[in-house]
Amino acid sequence: MAIKLTRKHPTGGGERLHRGGPLGGSTHWPQKAALILAVIRRINYDPVLLLFLMLIAAIGLVAGYSASEQSVVWVEKSAFRFALAFLLMLAIAQIPQRFFFSIAPWLFGFVVLLLVAVYLFGDIGKGARRWLDLGFIRFQPAEILKLGMPMMLAWFFAKRPLPPRFLDVLIALMLIAVPTILIILQPDLGTAILVMMAGIFVLFFAGLSWWYVLAFVLAVSAAAPMMWFYVMHDYQKERVLTLFNPMADPLGAGYHTIQSMIAIGSGGIWGKGWLQGTQSHLNFLPEGTTDFILAVYAEEFGLMGLIILFSLYLAVIWRGLMIAAYAESTAGRMLAAAISMTFLVYVFVNAGMVIGILPVVGVPLPLMSYGGTALVTIMIALGMLMSIRTQRSFLGHER
Amino acid sequence: MSIRDAWRSSEPVRLEDHGVDTRHQARQIFRRRILLAAFIALSVFAILIWRAAFLQVDRHAHFSELAESNRTRTLVIPPERGRIFDDAGRVVADNIATFQVQITREDATNLKQELSILQEALNLDDDTMSDLRERLRFGRSFDPMLVKSDLTPFEMAKIAQLQPWLPGVEIQSSLKRVYPYRQLLAHVVGYVGRINVADLKRINPDVYQGTQYIGKSGIERQYEEVLHGTPGHKEVEVDALGRVVKVLKIVRPIPGKDIHLSLDVPLQGIAAAALGAFSGAVVVEDPRTGAIKAMVSRPSFDPNLFVDGISQKNYKALLDDPERPLFDRAMTATYPPGSTIKPVMALAGLQAGIVDPNKKFFAGPYFQIPGDEHHYRDWQRWGHGWVTLDDAITQSCDVYFYDLAFRLGIDRLHQFLTEFGLGAKTGIDLPGESSGLVPSREWKRKTKNQAWYPGETVIAGIGQGYMLTTILQLAQTTSTLAESGKRFRPWLVKTNELAEPSIVMNHESYWTDVRHGMFDVVNSPKGTARRIAAPYLIAGKTGTAQVFTVAQNARYNAKALAQKLHDHALFIGFAPYDNPRIAVAIIAEHGGSGAGTTAPMARKIMDYALGYQAKAPVKIELTNHGD
Repeated sequence: MAIKLTRKHPTGGGERLHRGGPLGGSTHWPQKAALILAVIRRINYDPVLLLFLMLIAAIGLVAGYSASEQSVVWVEKSAFRFALAFLLMLAIAQIPQRFFFSIAPWLFGFVVLLLVAVYLFGDIGKGARRWLDLGFIRFQPAEILKLGMPMMLAWFFAKRPLPPRFLDVLIALMLIAVPTILIILQPDLGTAILVMMAGIFVLFFAGLSWWYVLAFVLAVSAAAPMMWFYVMHDYQKERVLTLFNPMADPLGAGYHTIQSMIAIGSGGIWGKGWLQGTQSHLNFLPEGTTDFILAVYAEEFGLMGLIILFSLYLAVIWRGLMIAAYAESTAGRMLAAAISMTFLVYVFVNAGMVIGILPVVGVPLPLMSYGGTALVTIMIALGMLMSIRTQRSFLGHER
Repeated sequence: MSIRDAWRSSEPVRLEDHGVDTRHQARQIFRRRILLAAFIALSVFAILIWRAAFLQVDRHAHFSELAESNRTRTLVIPPERGRIFDDAGRVVADNIATFQVQITREDATNLKQELSILQEALNLDDDTMSDLRERLRFGRSFDPMLVKSDLTPFEMAKIAQLQPWLPGVEIQSSLKRVYPYRQLLAHVVGYVGRINVADLKRINPDVYQGTQYIGKSGIERQYEEVLHGTPGHKEVEVDALGRVVKVLKIVRPIPGKDIHLSLDVPLQGIAAAALGAFSGAVVVEDPRTGAIKAMVSRPSFDPNLFVDGISQKNYKALLDDPERPLFDRAMTATYPPGSTIKPVMALAGLQAGIVDPNKKFFAGPYFQIPGDEHHYRDWQRWGHGWVTLDDAITQSCDVYFYDLAFRLGIDRLHQFLTEFGLGAKTGIDLPGESSGLVPSREWKRKTKNQAWYPGETVIAGIGQGYMLTTILQLAQTTSTLAESGKRFRPWLVKTNELAEPSIVMNHESYWTDVRHGMFDVVNSPKGTARRIAAPYLIAGKTGTAQVFTVAQNARYNAKALAQKLHDHALFIGFAPYDNPRIAVAIIAEHGGSGAGTTAPMARKIMDYALGYQAKAPVKIELTNHGD
């Protein structure tokens, strides 16, 4: 995006006595500041969203410092990653939203092909076939679909009459089902859920009739037992069973859940204080800096800390939904709403797992968990959200 | 109208190619759905906070407790094992500090280099090193791994000097059980060893947490509870891997109690030396109290080998030794008492009233049961002629005792010997004592399902046949004879001292008769043990036991065959005669005769025990002087 700069030369600047004065340079410093301000003004970003995100990231660093056993190196690395991620987000925010939808079908098609490739020749790591090794880089195609899915569906529905007709819903369901099943086969339940949910959210915001929603709910409740017996792997079943009775296997499958609940519960209302958490500092909590960082945080900052953090997440989601509501284009508003809700799913699945109401699924907590790929995905999504905000109109207002 | 324009209008617009545009309607729906989504988001966070509040407020106390127990562990501090002393306070089982080098992988900066430094400094062979590397690779990174134990001061100095280049390497001290007298007290004091599965069944595992050793035999086993002590503990904060982070509380262990034995180490040494090259046993008892002053079983073994687990090779060598060094000949092995039983037989006859001590009896070369052709021969081919009871004991006249036993009958014989304490455990405070055997009709019927033959009674009169005793029992019998019927349970530790019911004879003079006979064995010119007559007055009795009855699976080889055919030599005795202070029982396997072999041994032991320095120490020789 081109940035137009206006440089107003002071009248009669040539005659100024202190030209090239104490601050040096050819331009006077207020002019320099004005120049920088002008550049910043031209950068497209959402200050409210940015503020909340930075607050969450700051909390993430504070909790991470404790979880990493007070490793300054870890904090430096993590802060560097956050900085890169925020820059990436801002960079994405500069891209006009048209671009996202124009590449959507190509991206989607390409990734589905990659998924098929992974299914056929993927590398096996940790008992699951997720990675595609291209020689120079190993990556998980499924990760891209977390964005690709809502982009594709938003693009698809924007070209169709809305609310969607039966045939369109059917096509959309197909578009959701094919990659989801491919991802489940890898097997990667966490990603599959996120991808599926992202697609379903677009469907939902496209104005899907409640009758379809009802039918869908019925279908899911019918499919759940089928999933249990035919699709889910033993370790996944174990995690679900563990949720209902973590004490059944306190050193095996239930260990994470129990230790995490002990950490949270022993934190109390006000917490044990920063760096005072015994559960995390004595290494009872596994994955303290990644999937279970919320437990570390809750142990040290208590219920009050959790309420503050959850409020920040809620604020991010609220802001995302606002952007969706104000968005001008059909595709944009659907994508923005879907991204916001996917963000909610991230938080809910991770927090629910840590807090012991959902099975252990490898979903990170956005901006808190230390992890490369997930952070990149989330920040790209938020960058898109900011990009969509650029072209906005108030609901119902004609412009 | 284009789609772009159409969706903005508030009214449905008919489009050329897409039918009725309903996008304004979709927009209304979208607005409602956004509100719904916001509501869903709110409820999701409400659920999360409700659940967090449940954990952090409602169940806070519960989880706090769990967190607390999570981080604290109780580690047991093993107590120091009590030491064992002899009666003069000499340490016979000690704990000494040994030093060992260990290395912790986590703390080592350059493991490879440090290992090569250690190998050179401590002269370790490649096998040890590869074993160490394996242990380091598979062990937990913070667990120290043993490099070498039993460091010499020189090696310790070397490690200390190299310390700057050896981060993660440390010298650790620990206590090790040692037996300074090695073979000398092996059977009595016993040894400790690593706790094994069999031990675990009979101990309280809580008390033995952290303890390395448990008494396996002898005093170490008998007084295990006393010696072991009470473990202490410390409460420590640990992390999830069990690594100690902080010590919160310490309760010190109570060390095990020291044990003082009645044994006298020098006397034990003299007794062992007196046995010389013979396999055999010596038991020295104080007849006035029942205290065991020496208890020797030869050959012996080094109990130190067992402390940290005996090597397969050493253990096999001990097991395969035809002399069976692990076998306790003093109280586990049983032997026919031979002629040493004759004083007791005499008492039995006197008590039954079938023998008159002053009446003379003609002892020919053999004894015959009336109506039986079989000759029960005397050891002296020409017999002993007219003998009194005193003469019969002095000269060990077999025929006299054949006759005595025959007239007494097995039932009365069995009853009296049993009353005397034979055929039953003496009750000494050591594990593994044998009870010996005093045969009876009932016993024979039970075990052999045969009737008792009178001939068996006859040979029982001279301590042959089925009769079996331990050397400890013989020492106990000697003590009883020395004390004229007063009996004490033999003990090594004072707490086991106990006066047992005395043996009361119908006439007090019976004791004098028998004891005088034993006196004459040593002090009369016809006595079998006249050679050991000493300035102080010894009373005793020699004996011989036939070899084949010994419970041994000895492997015979041609060279040893000759000696293996010799009889076992026995001797019992006490001294001084008037006021006995010491009672001795000795067996020398294949020693030939009691008179020539074991009696001089007893003299040596008594010389030392009574503080007498012989100008010309008696010689022990392997000759058959007859009993």
